[in-house]
Order: sequence, then C-alpha cells, then structure tokens
Amino acid sequence: SSHEHKLNFKKSKEACLSYIQDAMLQKQWKRAAEFLTFYVESLEKDYSREPIGPSEMIWRIGTEILCHHPHSNMKEFNCFIEQMKTLGVKRYLKVCLEHVFHLLCNGQIDEAYQNLSLAESWRFGEQTAIQDKEMKLIQAYRALLDYYSWSKQKNILSEHGKCLDGFADLSVEQEMHSYFRKAAVNLKEIIKIPGVWDLFVKCYVDLLEFYGDHNEACQVLNEYAYNSKFPANPNAHVYLYQFLKRQGESKKSLISALKILHDIVPSHELMIDFNTMLQKSKKRKKRRLGLEVIFAALDYAGWKENVKAWSCLARQVKQIVISEKHLDWIKQEWNSRKDWWPAFHFSRYLAKRNWQENKSLSYEKALVAGILLGKDCKYFKYVSHQGCKAQVKKFRMLKKFVNRHNPVYLRISG
Amino acid sequence: DFNERCAQCSEVNWGLTDGGRYYCKSCHNVTERTREVVNTDFITNSRIQTISKGSRKQEKTGIGCEWYVCEGFQLVLKKQAEALEALGVCPQMKDEVLYSFWRCYLQKSKQAYCNRPAGETVKALSVCESSTDVDSEPERPSLLHLLSLSESEGDLQTDCSFASSMSKLSESTSVYSGSVDGSLYLMKNQKEKLRMTMPMTLSFCYMALLWLREPITLSELLRFVVEGHIPYLNVFQHFPEKMKLCGLDLKIFCVESWPVYEEVHNKMLELAAFLDLPRFPDITDSCFLHPDMLCIKYLMEANLPDELHNWTCRVVKKIGIGEVDFLTLVPGNKSTRKVKYDILAAAVIVVVLKLLFLLDDRYEWLLSDFAEERNKNNEEGGLYFEFKKWYEVVKHSLDVEQKKLDEERAKYLWRCEKPLFYSVKNKSKVLKRRQMVVNLQNQFGKLSGSVRRAEKPNPSSFQLSWSEENTDGSCFHGHSLKGILQEKCGLLTAMNPDYWLGTVKLCNEKLCGHLAHYREVDFPQSYHFVLSLFSFLLRIQPSYIHDEVCMIEHKLFNKKLYKKLKYNTVLRK
Repeated sequence: SSHEHKLNFKKSKEACLSYIQDAMLQKQWKRAAEFLTFYVESLEKDYSREPIGPSEMIWRIGTEILCHHPHSNMKEFNCFIEQMKTLGVKRYLKVCLEHVFHLLCNGQIDEAYQNLSLAESWRFGEQTAIQDKEMKLIQAYRALLDYYSWSKQKNILSEHGKCLDGFADLSVEQEMHSYFRKAAVNLKEIIKIPGVWDLFVKCYVDLLEFYGDHNEACQVLNEYAYNSKFPANPNAHVYLYQFLKRQGESKKSLISALKILHDIVPSHELMIDFNTMLQKSKKRKKRRLGLEVIFAALDYAGWKENVKAWSCLARQVKQIVISEKHLDWIKQEWNSRKDWWPAFHFSRYLAKRNWQENKSLSYEKALVAGILLGKDCKYFKYVSHQGCKAQVKKFRMLKKFVNRHNPVYLRISG
Repeated sequence: DFNERCAQCSEVNWGLTDGGRYYCKSCHNVTERTREVVNTDFITNSRIQTISKGSRKQEKTGIGCEWYVCEGFQLVLKKQAEALEALGVCPQMKDEVLYSFWRCYLQKSKQAYCNRPAGETVKALSVCESSTDVDSEPERPSLLHLLSLSESEGDLQTDCSFASSMSKLSESTSVYSGSVDGSLYLMKNQKEKLRMTMPMTLSFCYMALLWLREPITLSELLRFVVEGHIPYLNVFQHFPEKMKLCGLDLKIFCVESWPVYEEVHNKMLELAAFLDLPRFPDITDSCFLHPDMLCIKYLMEANLPDELHNWTCRVVKKIGIGEVDFLTLVPGNKSTRKVKYDILAAAVIVVVLKLLFLLDDRYEWLLSDFAEERNKNNEEGGLYFEFKKWYEVVKHSLDVEQKKLDEERAKYLWRCEKPLFYSVKNKSKVLKRRQMVVNLQNQFGKLSGSVRRAEKPNPSSFQLSWSEENTDGSCFHGHSLKGILQEKCGLLTAMNPDYWLGTVKLCNEKLCGHLAHYREVDFPQSYHFVLSLFSFLLRIQPSYIHDEVCMIEHKLFNKKLYKKLKYNTVLRK
C-alpha cells in the first residue's frame, strides 16, 4: 500500500493491476473480476508506448478469470474473446488461435474448426503479411483437425471392411480422400518452417504412409531430424527411427538414426534397443559404442531399477570378460564412474532392497558389481549369499563365475 | 455612460460600432474604449452574453455554439459552488464572494470586462472540422508545442498520434478545439496572467471559503473532491450540449490526477495577490480555522483525551500562533509565512504529544505501564490515559481505513459516460471503445459476486469516530492525563522533562521546499505513527506535518536555541 496522497490515472491503474494479480495468485477469482471491472477503462487511454498495453492485459487476465471462475461458462468465454478479437488488429490471429486451443480443450471441436476456418479467411492489409506465422499455425491446426476427420473416416472404413457395405464405403472413402488433401497441403507447409512440430509431423507421416508415399515421408523425417535450422528435438530422431523400423530398413540406418538420440538424450528409453543392436554388431566400433550407451543410460536415476538395462550391461560385460578381449573398454567406462556408482547403485541398502523386491534385478546387478568391484564388494556378497542360501541355481553359477574372474576386477580397478 | 469629449472634435456625441467600440458621431473618430458590460445574471445564465467580442454566432454549423474557455471554467465554478452550498456552505459564497472573485479575475486577466488590448485578436479557429480558408497566420504554432504547454497530464503518445492525425488533414486546417480560444489559451504566457486551470478552480473555492471563514479546511475540501462530493473530475459532463468539448479543450478541462494540497494552496495565494485583494476577514479565536478550534476537532478524531486541549491552547498562546495578525491572510505580503490551518493544528497536537510523552519509543511506553498499573488497581475514578492502549486501538482503525483507502485508489474510476475525443475523426473509435468498456464492466461485474459499490458515502467531516458509549473502552476522550502530569508552583506541568527537536536548524523553505527533511528511519516509530495518523486524516505527506512541527518547536524553544547558538559562536571564537 502506498501512503502517497497524490494519485493519477496511471498510478491508479497500476495499483489496480497489482490487486488483480494478487487476487489471481491467491485464486480469488471473484475479487480479481471485481478489480478488473475497474481496470478496463484503461482501454480508453492510449498506452502504445508501453510494451504490454491494457488491451493485452485485459485479454490475458480476463481469459484466466473466465477459465477458473465457478460461474463462468463457454458462452461467456466466447463472448469475451470475440470482443478481444476486435481490440487489437496486431494480435487478432493470436487471439483466434488461443481461442481455438481453449475450445479444443473443452471438447468443442466443431466450434474450433469453424473459428479456424474463419480466421483463415481473414485479411487486413499489411497485417496479413506481418502475421504470416500465426496464419500458418492456424492453417496447420485446421489441417490437424482435418487429419482427425480423415482418421475417423479411415476407421469407419476399416470397420465396414468386415461388413462389405459397398455404397456407403464409397462416399466415406471420398470424404476421407478429401480430408487427406486438405490436411496434407497445410501440414506440409508448416513443417517447412523451423520449429517443433511433433504433432504435425506425426500426422503428416501417417497420411503419407497410408497412401504409400514413403519417399516423401522419409524425406520429411530426415529434414525434421537433421536440418540444422530446426531446433534440436529428440523426438525427431525417435520418429525417424520408428519409421525406418516400420519400413524394415537395415540395422545400419537404424543405428545411425539412434546415434544422435544417444548424444542428445542418453537416458532415452530407446537406448536399450540401441545397445541391443550395437552389441550384436560385427564392427568393433559399434560394440564399443554399445557399451558406452548402456553405461550412460544407467547414469540416470530413472534407470536404477530397470531390469532390461541391467541385463544388457551384464550381458555385454560378461561377454567381454569371457573373451578376455577389450577389458580396457570396461576400464575406460568405469574410470569416470568408480567414484560414485558404488554408492549410487551398489550400496548394501540397495542390495537388500533389490533382493527383496526384484530378484532378477539383483541378479543382473550382482553380476555387474562382481565384475566391476570384485567378489568382496558389499552388493555382490550380500546378493550372492542370499541367492545361494535360497538355493537358486543361477546365483551359484554367478558366484562361481565372479570368483573365477576376480583378477579381472583387479585389472580394471587398477 | 461615456461622457468624455472627443479627442478630435471635442464633441460629446458617441455611438457604438459593431465591435462595441465608442465612436464619435460628429467626426467618426473611433476610440479604443469599449462598452462596459453590466450583465448581472452572469452566473445564473450559462449562456454568457457579456464578453465584449461582438455578436455571437449561434448554431453556425449545427455542431454547437461558440464558447470561450473562461465560460467553461465559469460553469465549473458554478457547479462547485452549488455543491458546496449543498454541503452547508452559506449561499453568499456562490452568489457574492465567488462571483466577485471570478469577475475580478476575468478583468485582471483581460478575458472580459475590459478593453481588449490592441493586436490581440482571437482568431476564430475552426470548430472541429477543417476549414477551407487559407490560413493567413504566418507562424502557426506547432500542435505538439501547444499540447506540451498544457499543464494537464496526457500521455505523449496520444498527443503525438493526435498531432500526426491532424497533420494528415488538409494544410489549411488550423489547430482546433471545441472552444473558440482553446489553442490561444494554451499559448498564452502563463506567468503574466495566471492562466486558469482545473486545480485553480479549487483555489478559487478555497479562497472564497476562507474569505467567508467557512468551517471547511483545505484538506477537507480536497477530500470531498476526491470522494466525489464536489465536481472536479469529469465536470465537463455538466456543460450544456451546445458546448462541444474536443481537441485541445481536453487538455484544459480533463483532469487525470487528484488535486494536490500544495499546488492548490500556492495557487490560491498567487491568485489573491494577482487580484489585489485586501486583507482577508480576521481569523479570531471563535473561528473554526483558529488552531484552538481545529485542535478540538482533531483531538476528537484522533481519539485523544479532551484534557489535551488545555495543552494545545497553551502552546498556541505561548508562540503566538493564535494571534489574529498571524492567522489572517494578507495577500501579497511575502514576508510572512502563509498559514495552513489544518496542518498547523495537527502539528500543535503532535508537539503537545511530544511534550507530554516524549515519543522516543521508550518513555511513552513507560508512562503507559504506570497508567496501566494504576487503572488495574483503581476501579473508581476516571481511567488514566494509557498510551499503549490508545496506540493499539487507533492503529487498528487506521490500518483498516488505510487499507480501504488503498483499495479505493485502485478502484478509482476516471472516465465517465460522456465521451471525449480529440477530433470528429476518432469519435467513432472512442465511442466503440466506451461501449466495449461498459460491456466488459458488466460481464466481469456479474462475476464479482458482491453487489457493486453503492452510491458514494455521505460526506462526513469526521473520518474516524469514537463513541464514549462503547463499552469496550475504545474511546479515550474522557481519559485523564493525571498520571503524566505534576504540579509545580501552582502550575500543571508534564512529568516528562525532556524534549527532542525534529531538526536543529530550519531549512530555507524557498530553496529546498521544506523546513526540515523527514525520513521515517531517522525518527522514533511512535513519532512516525502520530505523523502518519494525521497524514491520513489530512491526506498529505507526513513531511509537511513534520515541517510545521519543526516550525512550532523553533518558536517554542526559540530562546533556548538562540542562547545555544550564541554560546556556540562564542566558543568558536
């Protein structure tokens, strides 16, 4: 509160705004609405020098209030937004777009589509060119809705496939194709612009694949993943990988698709597939990479209890130990980890817990611990002891294996 | 009538030209003398016919009549006077005093009732539409320049957009306003003629109130303005339909800030001097504005014991601020410091509190503890005043009221139904915006839950009130000061032997605007609390009250200070 006894329009509205913001932060929607009624007369004064003017404030604040207020409904909201659209020509398409999002979130797909179509037909002198990006977005979302319509028709068709209803199918099919055309055109346009367009890319690729245009699909996905103008996006690589897999492409191309994903997101769930492919490779470099990949994945807390991951690591480590070749690989990987992995993965507490909760997990981990830390390490000792006590055969085998290869540990840790 | 002999032919045979000037019918010599206007329904008739400018063109383009800026202000003053009358001010204020002051002002500033100086013609600048006449003025003042001259607030962007929108119109369009002389008004050299502004209307009102010694202080007047009891904000709503307001008029008549005490007061003094007013009617000790009287009011409002009044009177008497000559305004006399009655009275109370309670964040609480003890053990007899209890009660109410005031500030509505537009061109845009504002107010008003604010509360002289009937003991008027007083040589004095000065040396007010410099952190919190209490009541910054307190202290302890200074200079030698 200010004990200033001077007051002018600007200060008064600033104070009003801070009351609104306080109320909103405390979720007091009625109070926020009340103060907003006193703020709106700011519209009658020109603020074009400020970065954010009252019209934008009112749009954003009003939207928030109408979203959360108990007595608000979609009708009120729509009425409000229509007014906001007339407030600022420079923001027109943005307001339209956000309105559409809101409609979609409330399940009003048809209204959303109408609004998108209406916005698409908007023209306003030089503003049309200035708001080109927003326009592309509007067209893209309309295309997205077309895609969903296409998808619906497609499902209808595949349902009917069982009933063999000829005539109905034809019209459905035609509709389906027309949705395809409408969707494809605009989806193609938006993904040309550097950006993150996961949803649009997926849908577009889906369409292309359905109609058999695999070349285009491949090109699109490659662009999306490898064009440096686009922001680094792990998903792009995932989509490419999945597509290549669907197409039955060679291991070589699959591996190259996942390589960058490993660089960007070493903890990605596809790292297991990646490691599996790499381990089986005939090329030494690839196998080396595989080891690096699986170690890197297990650096992350989310993987601590992932049996598959541990079994991949265990398998590869076991294989290396048995072959007695490339122990230096393990040494290299272990070098940067030996200070913290023991506490992170192989504490006595974890040994107990893993044994109690997941015997397979404890088996795989024990194997790795035994190789990396030797037979006397806490984890291995506890688990193998428990395992042998429980007379589980594989634990006895494990114990023998580790004991036999104990010198390896010495070489690694040295 | 005009009886002088003609300078050329010595005849006394006068007629009037169309321009209202006297001319000799014998030799056709035209003089500079204009006919004095004697229309007594100056104020009551809003269609002013007395400006000696020639015939008035009515309804020329269907857009409205010609009107001059001073007519607008006249209307404003009329409305304000009527409102004051409704508040209980005597009717003479409007009909006699204010009207006389205004007429005098018009005369002195040569806007009416006088010879118009030769050469100063008001070019009949076009009224809200472009004229096709070729502009013959050699130097058209830049529109932006005019806009910047105005004292009223406006955002630069609006001004620029207005200016640029204007320049897009045809070359021949002059700067315009709804009033005839709007642009000229803004161009005039303010210093010479004390150009009229909206805050000055309040200066006029206050001057009239002071002349009549009405029981309204300036702080009260300004509070009533802010609370909407006296027209100020959007007063142009009351202009008749025919008086179209647009363009530069907005700069003159539209207010976007609350009136400031210092500004209104200073302008009032300037005005009184400008009008060559004589000494104002005496402020005697039976006047409301006399510190003895105002102290009663403020003591009541501050919930302080009535007994304190003896002390305020003693201080007032001792330093001579109750003298008629000290209190009465003599315009133009630059040597005496001008009295701000409300601030003075509040400061006297503060000084008394310092005298009795010291207010050093320690002593007053000690005294309070003694009083509390005494009150606990003695049920009979009146209660002794406990500073602590008083502080708690008053602080609580003050916080509540301050919070309300802060919310009121945030909820203040500046615009009204009557739309304002710079030009016909943006009229439709303005109207659309207004409609949208109203729609949004309705929509979110419904979501507000509570009923929209009722009509403005009734004007009240007291912002805080305390009733002795309350059994919760929250009223301190009747409490006794016995616990903090002692008798010495038959006189009651304070037990507190000490006093601290707000400032050792008074500053030169003319140079730095203040007598002393107040920063909250430099002073005890009790002192700050007391200042903030009166700051709230008077709606002025605590520093102004602090100034008055220091002034009073220096008068009160003058001898001691003087001795000390002398002593210091002796030492230095």
